[in-house]
Amino acid sequence: MTQSVVVQVGQCGNQVGCCFWDLALREHAAVNQKGIYDEAISSFFRNVDTRVVGDGSSISKGKIRSLKARAVLIDMEEGVVNEILQGPLRDVFDSKQLITDISGSGNNWAVGHKVFGNLYREQILEKLRKSAEHCDCLQCFFIIHSMGGGTGSGLGTFLLKVLEDEFPEVYRFVTSVYPSSEDDVITSPYNSILAMKELNEHADCVLPIDNQSLFDIISRIDLVVSSGKLGPTVKQDSLVTSSARALKRHKKPFDAMNNIVANLLLHLTSSARFEGSLNMDLNEISMNLVPFPQLHYLVSSLTPLYTLADVNIPPRRLDQMFSDAFNKDHQLIQADPKHSLYLACALMVRGNVQISDLRRNIERLKPSLQFVSWNQEGWKTSLCSVPPVGHSHSLLALANNTCVKPTFIELRERFMRLYKKKAHLHHYLQVEGMEESCFTEAVSSLSALIQEYNQLDATKSVPVEDVPRLSIAV
Amino acid sequence: MAVVTVQLGQCGNQIGFEVFDALFTDSQCSQGFCSKRENEAYQASCTERFFREENGVPIARAVLVDMEPKVINQMLSKAAQPGRWKYDQHARFCQKQGSGNNWAYGYSVHGPKHAESIMNLIQKEVEKCDSLSGFFIIMSIAGGTGSGLGAFLTQHLQDHYSNALKMNQIIWPYGTGEVIVQNYNSILTLSHLYRSSDALLVHENDAVHKICAKLMSTKQISFRDINQVLAHQLGSVFQPTHSAECSFHYRTNPLGDLMEHLVPHPEFKMLGVRTIPQMSETSLPYSTFTWNGLLKRLRQMLISNAKMDEGIDWQVRPPLPKLPPPGKMCLNREQHFNTSLANLLILRGKDVQNANLEGFRDPALYTSWLGPADAFSAWKTPRAFNRYERSAALVSNGQFFVRPLDAVVGKAWNMFASKAYIHQYTKFGIEEEDFLDSFTLLEQVVASYRNL
Repeated sequence: MTQSVVVQVGQCGNQVGCCFWDLALREHAAVNQKGIYDEAISSFFRNVDTRVVGDGSSISKGKIRSLKARAVLIDMEEGVVNEILQGPLRDVFDSKQLITDISGSGNNWAVGHKVFGNLYREQILEKLRKSAEHCDCLQCFFIIHSMGGGTGSGLGTFLLKVLEDEFPEVYRFVTSVYPSSEDDVITSPYNSILAMKELNEHADCVLPIDNQSLFDIISRIDLVVSSGKLGPTVKQDSLVTSSARALKRHKKPFDAMNNIVANLLLHLTSSARFEGSLNMDLNEISMNLVPFPQLHYLVSSLTPLYTLADVNIPPRRLDQMFSDAFNKDHQLIQADPKHSLYLACALMVRGNVQISDLRRNIERLKPSLQFVSWNQEGWKTSLCSVPPVGHSHSLLALANNTCVKPTFIELRERFMRLYKKKAHLHHYLQVEGMEESCFTEAVSSLSALIQEYNQLDATKSVPVEDVPRLSIAV
Repeated sequence: MAVVTVQLGQCGNQIGFEVFDALFTDSQCSQGFCSKRENEAYQASCTERFFREENGVPIARAVLVDMEPKVINQMLSKAAQPGRWKYDQHARFCQKQGSGNNWAYGYSVHGPKHAESIMNLIQKEVEKCDSLSGFFIIMSIAGGTGSGLGAFLTQHLQDHYSNALKMNQIIWPYGTGEVIVQNYNSILTLSHLYRSSDALLVHENDAVHKICAKLMSTKQISFRDINQVLAHQLGSVFQPTHSAECSFHYRTNPLGDLMEHLVPHPEFKMLGVRTIPQMSETSLPYSTFTWNGLLKRLRQMLISNAKMDEGIDWQVRPPLPKLPPPGKMCLNREQHFNTSLANLLILRGKDVQNANLEGFRDPALYTSWLGPADAFSAWKTPRAFNRYERSAALVSNGQFFVRPLDAVVGKAWNMFASKAYIHQYTKFGIEEEDFLDSFTLLEQVVASYRNL
């Protein structure tokens, strides 16, 4: 069994990260009734005897004493991290695994990347090495950050290069929160585009998320749940509130949204941690979903979003879960995969679902989806027997689909609107190591990516022709 | 003579468990429809072949290999039920991280790194056999470990145990994928196995799935259900049968005999199995069959290329005795007539000696260069299998797999032409030439089978 380390950078990264750890603890508590430290828990947590000081404190087997998250928390302001360390999760984090500063990055990618990057490079390396040493077999780094700000965006992407150089064999999965069009940070397009270049070059796999989509999903759930439309069979529990049971509902609007992202990460790793009849490890994600190294952006959708009181879900409801996964309203970014071109699609199912249910739904939904000519029947599937907390089954669909293109195009447009006027540029250029070429290179990197998607889209309407086969002399 | 099984990857281990379970359950079954003495001889033969005894508990002659621990742990604990059989706790090889569905990783990284340790475990198991008949290697061809590491290991077994026979039980994935790169993994595996294995017994997920749906009436089909049907099919082939010479003794070397009869030419190694009847446990007590009825249906399944006893196309007929002119050859292909190179029929149950096998001795079923005298053989035992009063299994080397193989090669070729995913393979040393070699070999196999 392998381990993963979560690196949460910036305000957004740390807030999402916090939700993630809370949910992970709940999930393992629900599954692991006996309190034994097993391989599933060890994928995200260390077992530590807090009475022992120093390195000897890790315990590999036996009862759980004190769980420590395999996490590194980075923020250039103290507010968020301090709040985490004073909150209910304070004992889960190792105080030695933090890197904080006071002044913040001022929503400036250059400050995050160049200034703080250089300043904290050694410390970052040291903390990462430490967390790697605590792992038996480190498979993956999960980086959580936002694209629009300064720390998550700048320092978060600086990290990627460090990880690539220092741990080339370990996968880098990045969960990036993209700014929505009504984002209140004026320079977010600059930050995002500069960060995109780094993601293009140094990430193995990126899961883009945007706040608008998360917000829409939350609103829709609220509407249905409060209107009582689904009748008495709907519990007041949902993906939204499952972790906030102990807290007041909707303490902060972002809590519910962050919960969805936390669920996404948990679901992604569920088949690697828990048993099932068709396992899917993390290295299989990039193997199957990344046909060409640059095209590593995966659109995700999680269903169902509310639990139902029945335990044995009749097939119709189960099938609804599959249908919803392809619906544009369930995607975690503004995207419509059904009307774009699929390069690859993965369906990760949790709970009491069998291979026949999976196959039936693939057959049913296939005709309405367009797949690229060289991968007409390519589906990656996995079945994990352990459902998420509060649900009897759930589905995560990961799609490598050209529907990411509009997000990138829009980002580029917003960038160009600012850049043409050289608005706020001086904030960036006054940072040492920044030049205008950084901007132009970043935009061309993005344009090249958009062009690749364009070329693929162009093949959509062309009828599929088989390539002539090798002819053999008999 | 004993058979040592190597279970590879998630698929190989999950299936291996069901196979041993089915073999054990059947051998312990008291409802054999035969004499007590017969039953005992059957039991003894089965036990010797697939199990060894340790403190009165049967231990499966198996080595469990996987690159990540979850599945093996599950199978080991599943098997250790009181009063049943066990796996040897030490006959396992595990790593921490899987092969990521990457054939190149399984073959070029895991293979060289772990082959020695795995071969040591296999050697230990071999040493515990009085005499070794050969190996079963159970693997899927779609993933990374079963396929890549499986190909590597089979080569090693070829080198180290050149006198023992190797039969790879390969699991053919669903057409609408389980793994996106399954076609690449399949062609790489098949081409390598073709060079180092003695026979490939192919089990298709799609076919077995349909059997579960139509014949077994399983509502929500799980992989467990599929694996159990598969285990039934394997058991009906490899459980003991009487030897040809003397019908009081059980055949000692099934693998050797099977290979001799079914693989007369190294270019034709792909075998398929059909069993009849196949039904759910609840229907069993209410059904009776005659040998005539069963064999007639089985024969039609063979020639019309049906994978199960339902929806058989009775229009398909063998070609007329006199040689048709070249133009007429196409007609047969359109009718989907399945020409066989060799067939092995295994009959189990009541009054098996009365079964009429003439239908299978019709020369029209076979290719022109190998007549039924050489191409057809039959094994029998009066002891019923798995409580089916009468049952038959047909292992066939014929045109069964032309279409699926052609489809997989075609899809892999289309993907290869676009170079998609190739970087994942070249990363670990599998270059484009390796792909081309595989394509060439398999096109050759397709062509050879087409021309039977």
